[in-house]
Amino acid sequence: MPENRVESKGIVKEDIAYEPYTIAMGPQHPATHGVLKLNLELDGETVLKCTPHVGFLHRGVEKLAENLSYAQTLPLSDRLDYIASMANNVAYSIAVERLLGIEVPVRAKYIRTIVMEMARLTGHLLWLATHALDIGAMTVFLYCFRERENLLDMFEEIIGARLTTSYTCIGGVRQDITGHFLESLYAFTEDFPSKIAEYETLIDKNRIWLKRTQGVGIVTAEEAVSLGLTGPTLRGSGVDYDVRKHMPYDAYPYVDFEVPIGSKGDVYDRYRCRMEEMHQSNSIIRQCIEAMPPGPIRAEDAPDLVMPYGVQKEVAADATFSSGVIKLVKDRHRYMDGDVYVAAEVPKGELGFYFVSDGRGVPYRMHIRAPSFIHIAALSFLCKGQMVADVIAVIGSVDVVLGECDR
Amino acid sequence: MEPLEIAKKVRDRYPSEFIEAYEHRSQVGIVVKKDRIVEILRWLHDDPALQMNHLADLCGVDYLNKKKVRFEVVYNLYSIPQRHRLRVRAQVPENDCQINSVTEIWMGANWHERECFDLFGITFNNHPDLRRVLLPDEWEGHPLRKDYPLDGGGKRWSGYEEVVEKSKKLREYDFYGLYQDPTKKAGQKDARE
Amino acid sequence: MELLWILIKIIIVFAVVMLHVMYATYFERKVIGHMQVRMGPMRVGPHGILQPIADGLKLFFKEDIIPTVADKKVFYAAPLICLISALSAVAVIPFFQGFAIANINIGLLYIFAMSSLASYGVVLAGWSSNSKYSFLGGLRSSAQVISYEIAMGLSLVGVMMLAGSLNLTDIVNAQMSSSWKIYLIPQIIGFFVFVVAMLAETNRTPFDLPEAESELVAGYCTEYSGMRFALFFMAEYIGMIIMSCLAVVCFLGGWSGPFEVPGIPFFWFLLKVYFFIFFYYWVRATLPRYRYDQLMALGWKVLIPLALFNIVLTGTIKSLFG
Repeated sequence: MPENRVESKGIVKEDIAYEPYTIAMGPQHPATHGVLKLNLELDGETVLKCTPHVGFLHRGVEKLAENLSYAQTLPLSDRLDYIASMANNVAYSIAVERLLGIEVPVRAKYIRTIVMEMARLTGHLLWLATHALDIGAMTVFLYCFRERENLLDMFEEIIGARLTTSYTCIGGVRQDITGHFLESLYAFTEDFPSKIAEYETLIDKNRIWLKRTQGVGIVTAEEAVSLGLTGPTLRGSGVDYDVRKHMPYDAYPYVDFEVPIGSKGDVYDRYRCRMEEMHQSNSIIRQCIEAMPPGPIRAEDAPDLVMPYGVQKEVAADATFSSGVIKLVKDRHRYMDGDVYVAAEVPKGELGFYFVSDGRGVPYRMHIRAPSFIHIAALSFLCKGQMVADVIAVIGSVDVVLGECDR
Repeated sequence: MEPLEIAKKVRDRYPSEFIEAYEHRSQVGIVVKKDRIVEILRWLHDDPALQMNHLADLCGVDYLNKKKVRFEVVYNLYSIPQRHRLRVRAQVPENDCQINSVTEIWMGANWHERECFDLFGITFNNHPDLRRVLLPDEWEGHPLRKDYPLDGGGKRWSGYEEVVEKSKKLREYDFYGLYQDPTKKAGQKDARE
Repeated sequence: MELLWILIKIIIVFAVVMLHVMYATYFERKVIGHMQVRMGPMRVGPHGILQPIADGLKLFFKEDIIPTVADKKVFYAAPLICLISALSAVAVIPFFQGFAIANINIGLLYIFAMSSLASYGVVLAGWSSNSKYSFLGGLRSSAQVISYEIAMGLSLVGVMMLAGSLNLTDIVNAQMSSSWKIYLIPQIIGFFVFVVAMLAETNRTPFDLPEAESELVAGYCTEYSGMRFALFFMAEYIGMIIMSCLAVVCFLGGWSGPFEVPGIPFFWFLLKVYFFIFFYYWVRATLPRYRYDQLMALGWKVLIPLALFNIVLTGTIKSLFG
C-alpha cells in the first residue's frame, strides 16, 4: 500500500498529507489484560491495521523446563494461565503421565476433573468480569468476583494456595479432598445457576450490550480453524471441537455434558458459548461429586519427586521419602526415548504440551502450545476494519492471558 | 483413519521425501525431508479422506550431538472432522537452516513460525512477517538452541550501560544518602561468576 | 445594598453547590457500592462520611504534573473553562419562588450557552495535552456535543411553547397555573429526549465516551493530575446538578409540590434534584457504554427526529385547543 493512499471501508483517500493516526495501546492500558501491546493505525476511529506485540512477560519456561525434572517443572505451569492455574496443572500432569505411561487412580481422576472445572469457572468468571467492565458494565465485574472469591476460598481449603496451586502431581493429586470441601462445593453448585442468571439480567438482553457485541469481530468457521483458534473462541464460530470430547482425559468420559457452539462467530456468540459452558461446568462438578469413588489418590507407580537428571543415575531408597505419599521409582524403563503431544481443554482453549524425552528424568524439549499466544496472533485479523471500541470488545472476547502467551 | 495408515499413505505418495514412521505411546509420527514439506502438508490438509485442518502445534527441536541432522520442525496435526492425529517432523540441517513456511495453508502458523525463528533461528521462507516475537528485536542468539549458554557468559544485556549512566544522573535527587555504590556489590557478583 | 444582597446570594449558592458536589461524589460511591454488593467508602469518619474532605485535601496537595510537550496556556485554561462555565450556569436557576441570583429573561438559552462552553474546555484539554488518547477523547467530545446539544435544545422547545417564556421562573409559574401542574405529562416525548441528551451532555454512562477508561485510558483528562483533574471532576458534577435542576424546572414543576413544607421553600426542589442525581448513579451502575458511531446514530436518527415531532405535536395541539 503506498503511503499516501489508504483504503477504508471501500473509500480510497488520496492526499499527500494524509497518514494514519498511530496509537500504541498498551503495555500499560486498562483494557489489554496484562502487558499486551497493540500498535493501532487509525483512520478516524476505524482500525486500519493492528499489530500485536508480546513478550513483555517472557520468562523462558521452555528453557527452564529443559534443566528441571518433570516434577520440578509442575509449579512453572501455574504461572502460565495464572487465573486458572489448576487447569494448567492438570494439563501438564496428563501430558507427563502419557509420556511416562502412568495410569491414574479413579478417585484422582474425579478430583482432577472437579478442580479443572472449578478452574474453568474461575477463568470464565474473570473473563466475564473484565469483558463486561471493558464494555462499560461495571456491576457485572463485582458480581463475578463475588462467586470467584468463593471458588478461590475452596482452592485454599484443599491445597492452601489460592492462585498458584500446584495441586496435581505426576500420577495423581498431592492431597486428598475432605468431605467438608465436597459439601461446600455442592452447596455452591446448587446456588450457582441462579447467579449466572443474575449476570444475564444485567447484560444478556441489554440493547447496548447487544449493539456492542453482535456483528463485531466476526470470524467464520474456516477462518477460525485456519487461524488455530481453540476453545470457546473457536466454538463461537460453530466448530464443534472440544478436547474434552475429542481426546477425553481424566473423568470426562464418565460424565455427561454438552459442548455449546455458536453460529455467527461474533463477540456475542463467543460470550454465549462461555456462559453456557459455565452451566455445563457446574453440572460436571455435580456429577463428579455424586460419583466420587473412594480409593487412592496417587498411582502406585508414580515417580518420585526426585527424578534422575541423567540416564544412568540410580535413585537410592531414602528413608525420609519412602513413607507417606511419595513412592520411589523402581521401574528404570519408564524414561524412554520418544515424544508425545497431549492437550487439555483449559478455559482459554487447547493447552498442549509437546515433550521430547531422551531417557532422563528431565525433558529434552518441552513446548507449550499456549492458546493465548495463538489468539493474540489472530487479533490483527479480527480487529481489521473495526472501531477502537470494538478492539476492546474483541480482546475481551478471545480471552487472553499474557502469562500464558509469553511463557 | 488409523494414523499408521496415514503414515503408509504418505510413504507411498512421497517415497523420496519419507524417512521413517514410528509409534510412541500410541501416537504416530513421521519423519520427512524438508524440501517438499509444504506440498506434503497441503496434501494432508486438502485430501478429503484426511482433512488435517487443525494445526495444533508447530515447534522446533534442537538435537545437537544427538542426531545427524541437528534441527527438526515438528507439526502436530489434527483433523477436527475425521478425528485423527499425526505428527510430521521435518529435518532441517544446521548448514541449511531454513524451511518453507506453511502460513498459506494455516494462517495460524504465522506466529508459531515466528516463535520458532526467534528461539531456534530457523528461517521460514515466504513468511509474510518474519520477526522476533517473544524476545526484543535486538536480541543476540537463539535461546532454545542447546549450545546457548545458560548463564549469559558474563555479558551485559544491551542497554545496561545507558541505565547505569541514567542512575548516576539521578543521584542528585538522593536527598537522604540512601544510595549505595554498586561497584562494591559487583565485586561479589564477579567472584560468583 | 442591592449589590451586597447579590454577593451574599452568590456566596450562599456557591457554598451550597460545592457542598453538593462534594457529597455527590460520596453518595455516588455509596449508592453504586450498595448496588454492587459492597460497602463503598467506610474508613474516614463514620460510614466514610468525611471521605470527600479527605479526597479534596489529597487532590489539593498532589503534585501538579504538566507534560513538557503540552500547549501550556491552553492546558492551564481548559479546566478553568469547564469549571467556570459550569458554575456560571447556576446563576439563573430559581431554587424557590423569587430566589435566583440572576432572574434573566433568557435563562434557558443562557444555560445552553454555558453548557456548550464547558465542552470547549474538554475539547481544548484534549488538544492541548498533546497526547493521543486525550486527543481522541477531545474529538469524541466535540462530536458528541454537536449531536446532543441540538436534540437537547429541540426537546425544550415544547416547554417554551407551552410556557411562552424563556425565563425559568416564568416556566415554573406557568406549570403551576396549567391544568397538569407539571409539564412532564404533556411533554412526555420531550422529557424522554431531554433525559437521554442530559446524560450525553454531562458525559455520563452510557455516553461517557470522551473519558471511556477502558478504551482511552481517561480520555481528555489523561494528562491532568492533582487539582487540575479535580477541577474537571467538579465541573462534571456541577454539570450533573445543573442538568438535574433544568429537568426539574422545565418538566417537574420546580419548587412546587403536593403540599407546602413550612419553613423550607426549596424542599420539593431539592427532593426532585436528588432523584435525578440518583437516576444518574443508577444508570451508571446498570448500563454498558455505547460505541462512538452508535451514539451518533442515536442522536441524529432517533432523538432529533423525536424532538422535532414533539414540537410539531405540541404546536398542533396548542393551536387546536388553545
